[in-house]
Amino acid sequence: MTHTESLLAAEEAEVADTQASAPPSHIHGQTIRAATGIYAGLVFVLIPLAHLAVPESHGLHASDYLVTLLGKILCYAAVAVALDLVWGYTGILSLGHGVFFALGGYAFGMYLMRGIGLDGSYHSHLPDFMVFLDWKELPWYWLGTGHILWAVFLVVAVPGLLALVFGYFAFRSRIKGVYFSIITQAMTVAFMLLFFRNETGFGGNNGFTDFKRILGCSITAPGTRIVLFALSGALLLGTLYLARRLTASKFGRILTAIRDAESRLMFIGYNPLYYKLFIWTLSAVICAVAGALYVPQVGIINPGEMSPSNSIEMVVWVAVGGRGTLIGPVVGAFLVNLAKSWFTVSFPEYWLFFLGAVFVIVTLLLPHGVVGLFKKIKTLTKGGAS
Amino acid sequence: MIKRMFSFFLLAAALLGTTGPAWSGRAVSPGIIETLAGEDSDAKIEAINRLVRDMPDQALPVLTAMADDSLSIADGRLVIMDGDTATDAVSGETLDPAPDNPEAITVNNRVRSKIAECLSALNLFSKDRDARMTSAADLSENPAPESLSIIEKALSAEKDSEITVKLHVARNKILLAASDPTLRIKAARALADNPTPSTRQLLAGLLLKNGDDFMEPDPDVQAAAAESLRSIDRQLAVGDTLGQIFTGLSLGSLLLLTAMGLAITYGVMGVINMAHGEFLMIGAYAAFAVQSVFRSRFPEYQDAYLLAALPAGFLAAALTGMILERTVIRFLYGRPLETLLATWGLSLILIQAVRTLFGAQNVEVANPAWMSGGVAVLPNLILPWNRIVIIGFSIAVLAAMWAILNLTRLGLFVRAVTQNRAMSGCVGVLTGRVDTLAFGLGAGIAGIGGVALSQVSNVGPDMGQNYIIDSFMVVVLGGVGQLAGAVWAALGLGVVSKFLEGWAGAVIAKILVLVFVIVFIQKRPQGMFALKGRTVESGS
Repeated sequence: MTHTESLLAAEEAEVADTQASAPPSHIHGQTIRAATGIYAGLVFVLIPLAHLAVPESHGLHASDYLVTLLGKILCYAAVAVALDLVWGYTGILSLGHGVFFALGGYAFGMYLMRGIGLDGSYHSHLPDFMVFLDWKELPWYWLGTGHILWAVFLVVAVPGLLALVFGYFAFRSRIKGVYFSIITQAMTVAFMLLFFRNETGFGGNNGFTDFKRILGCSITAPGTRIVLFALSGALLLGTLYLARRLTASKFGRILTAIRDAESRLMFIGYNPLYYKLFIWTLSAVICAVAGALYVPQVGIINPGEMSPSNSIEMVVWVAVGGRGTLIGPVVGAFLVNLAKSWFTVSFPEYWLFFLGAVFVIVTLLLPHGVVGLFKKIKTLTKGGAS
Repeated sequence: MIKRMFSFFLLAAALLGTTGPAWSGRAVSPGIIETLAGEDSDAKIEAINRLVRDMPDQALPVLTAMADDSLSIADGRLVIMDGDTATDAVSGETLDPAPDNPEAITVNNRVRSKIAECLSALNLFSKDRDARMTSAADLSENPAPESLSIIEKALSAEKDSEITVKLHVARNKILLAASDPTLRIKAARALADNPTPSTRQLLAGLLLKNGDDFMEPDPDVQAAAAESLRSIDRQLAVGDTLGQIFTGLSLGSLLLLTAMGLAITYGVMGVINMAHGEFLMIGAYAAFAVQSVFRSRFPEYQDAYLLAALPAGFLAAALTGMILERTVIRFLYGRPLETLLATWGLSLILIQAVRTLFGAQNVEVANPAWMSGGVAVLPNLILPWNRIVIIGFSIAVLAAMWAILNLTRLGLFVRAVTQNRAMSGCVGVLTGRVDTLAFGLGAGIAGIGGVALSQVSNVGPDMGQNYIIDSFMVVVLGGVGQLAGAVWAALGLGVVSKFLEGWAGAVIAKILVLVFVIVFIQKRPQGMFALKGRTVESGS
């Protein structure tokens, strides 16, 4: 902690480094418009058509598995972009975003549990696990969760409030760097333990599952699935749009300045607290919304989602894709999660080796992720041509 | 219940009067033999009582044989059958030829428990002090009313003061049901000197209500019992508190063993090592491997395996640590957040590697015989040896650590690099080598921590993950770069979390501790024992 000079030197080097390889801020509007068009065509037209209109026997039919998997990864990608806003742009490494994701999921899960109605195994108005615990009425915090609007409000408000309070205390006392990361991880563990208890009222280690319907539509119907899928796609698109507007603004410049030289920023007269707090809370809320869309698609939420390893896996999506860029986290989320589905089916025992190696290799050799690698190759080939 | 106990008491008192000194040499009467061979359990129990009362010397072999189901009757004699050989149960002579048609005596559960009780009581007259002690301790926990006569007889003969105390407890417990209220009052008062949970339960039972009446009818006895109960509760509370402090200290010393290494690596290199818990795991698996080698190669020295496991655990973890430092971590200096991710990746690889090598199940690491059992300090406070050893051990490690850091050249370099890396480099300290050695040292200490941990908890591939967050809390709380903070933080966290556990349950306790740490670093962001001087931003 006191080897100031070397650290500062390293910091300087990194500042220079990030500046050198920072994406040119004038990516052609044309390219972005084209990419957005292709994305929208895929997510809102082609895949829904392939799932709903193409018969199952046909080779172009998008199966339930594929749509669910892609929908899931779209949610993850939105999480990755949100995490990139705090880590890649502001330099705050959170190991607790899994909590915001899971809290959003639980908040919406409460609505889905109420939606089961009398169709549960015990045919009670109460969710099955409460009947099992011999509870006679809903706890107060379940009030109103039968209404989707209140549930959506909770999805945003609970994780948002948590992030706001936690962030305020942490940033106010200027906890940063690894200290902040460790504290967020401790928070994650605390929440996981809390939700593992049956008495907390969220189903203990089984969590919520066995959902039946949303707004009266069966949750397993192809139409519902496609709507959820498209909403996830829209969430990612919206997150990207918002992130681009933010990072291109003066506000975004200040975030980058916090990352690169917080003390200097303070000397100039800025108070980083509210900038950090805003981006941190925003990021948490995006995560929570992604979690709320994730739960009805996979059909289950349990405290395992809050385990520290989940949160840190989210970080690796960003690292693999390339932090400090907007497309990087999306690429990373897709790469890692597709690899995960492939590995866990084909060689389950090697998945952890692979994931561990990804952590090491990316941090050692690819500090700017896959996107950075592409840029390097591009400049190299250009350099070779000239 | 009271009535039954009371009738036994009468019976026992009557028996006491009839015993004579000249037991030995007499043959077992045919009446007893017949009853023992019969089917009536009540009669059998009565026969056993008579046997014990009239001739305790012969009763011991007979009852032992009965408990083993090897007692038979042949030619009107009690015979112990062991395979084909037969021994006379009373005289101990071998019978040759063995009787033709021995009739085995059947023992049902009721009779069996009666036999066990009598055997225990008979041991009161054993020549072996330990046997007498065990028997007296059993009786003081679960005194059977009919043993009163035996206990009083033993009391008159017993010289050992400890055993006498136990016997008095047993006697007083039985006398709580006596018919004479003055005896009951005396017994209730005397029991205040025996603050054990079982005595407490017995006394509290007297004050319960059965319908409108108290279990104990006499108000004077009630008062005496209530007073004894209060005194016992006070003494028990002391024991409970001390017990919690002790388990807290032992948890704290485990945390200390983990956190010491973390504090060094973070202090020297500014590296948060998420794989640190895995060094614990490596140490524990080293203990398992050493134990297996000792089992197969040197079974006679099995209890000494732990001594060999300590250096093995240290070396295994230190070597792994130094290899990782040389190949991965060294390239990440000055980038603490990336190091955090890379070491997390390393921990995943290490966990999966151990899973592949040793299997995903927990492995069994046994306590050596000299570490099992414990020291009874108070009746309700038994300190297990393995935890005492761990506390002593971590003190020893702490002392060794202090000596290395303060008395050796390496320690001097480590402190120099911690304080000012660039300047140390300028005056000729090979900072790279110091990094490797310090990292190896930190990992090695976690390794011996793992050996210690294998003695008190499960050994499995992901055991390290359970301790890593707690030890980070220790580092955050204590501040980095020096030992004093880590010591106070580890012991404090250990004791506080054990107390909270007793009060609110394990999960809530853990949450409260985390909340406490978060609140604490609001006030002291650099930990309890921040290094004085210009504070420096710790990177990124």
